[in-house]
Amino acid sequence: MAKKARARVKVPKSIKSGTPFLVKTLISHKMETGFRTDKKTGKKIPRHILNKFVARMDGKEVFSANWHPAVSANPYTAFYTVADKSGQLELSWIDDKGDVFIKNVGVKVE
Amino acid sequence: MKDYLKTKLSRRFVLKSGFASASVLAGMTLASENALADAKLAAEAVKKIAGNKTPTQGKIEITAPQIADNGNTVPFSVAIDSPMTAGNHVKSVHIFADGNPRPEVASFHFKPGSIAKVSTRMRMSKTQNIIAVAELNNGEIYSNKVKVKVTIGGCGG
Repeated sequence: MAKKARARVKVPKSIKSGTPFLVKTLISHKMETGFRTDKKTGKKIPRHILNKFVARMDGKEVFSANWHPAVSANPYTAFYTVADKSGQLELSWIDDKGDVFIKNVGVKVE
Repeated sequence: MKDYLKTKLSRRFVLKSGFASASVLAGMTLASENALADAKLAAEAVKKIAGNKTPTQGKIEITAPQIADNGNTVPFSVAIDSPMTAGNHVKSVHIFADGNPRPEVASFHFKPGSIAKVSTRMRMSKTQNIIAVAELNNGEIYSNKVKVKVTIGGCGG
């Protein structure tokens, strides 16, 4: 199920064709590790993390990541990618419950 | 009046952060039970990536603080020296922490043409090494590690 991501993404205002550019991403997610116990009930709090992150440029995968519980809450990721023409950068995060969070960013190539 | 507000706010902040670290500590006692096995687990996890090849040291630069005040968010970045052409590029880099209850942190997968560099934030339960293992498209394996001193652990989350 696709949901709108509570995410912030930053790309340079204008990009030179073929030159790698930095994409900074920040998404709001508690990233529950599954190691913590609820103090009131004494039960373990079930794991609930974003386990996959994929960046696609016009549908083609350009960067991806697999995450484990050791990734901090509200995961921040900065990575590089290239583009030779303007297009849509689609960022998607998938969590343990199968929810997909998607954010689209326009990329302008000079 | 302004000064009064300021002190009030900062005191609240101190109380809050104190509470947060207390809950983190509670989580840590649980996790420290299997602390002895951690380094072994990390070595096993690295082996799973490398197979029977021995990783070559170097080529990877890990930027991380020497001392991390808060183990809940330790910023770090990993850069691999590679031309990133179709014929010679870094396929993936895997990050491990050898003192965490679970050594796996994250795996990042790159495409040629880009730069093999990524920055993110991780949780660290105690003072330990960040290990990066890079997989090249020609099957070569590189690894490097850096030690980070953690003041307040963040393994409970």
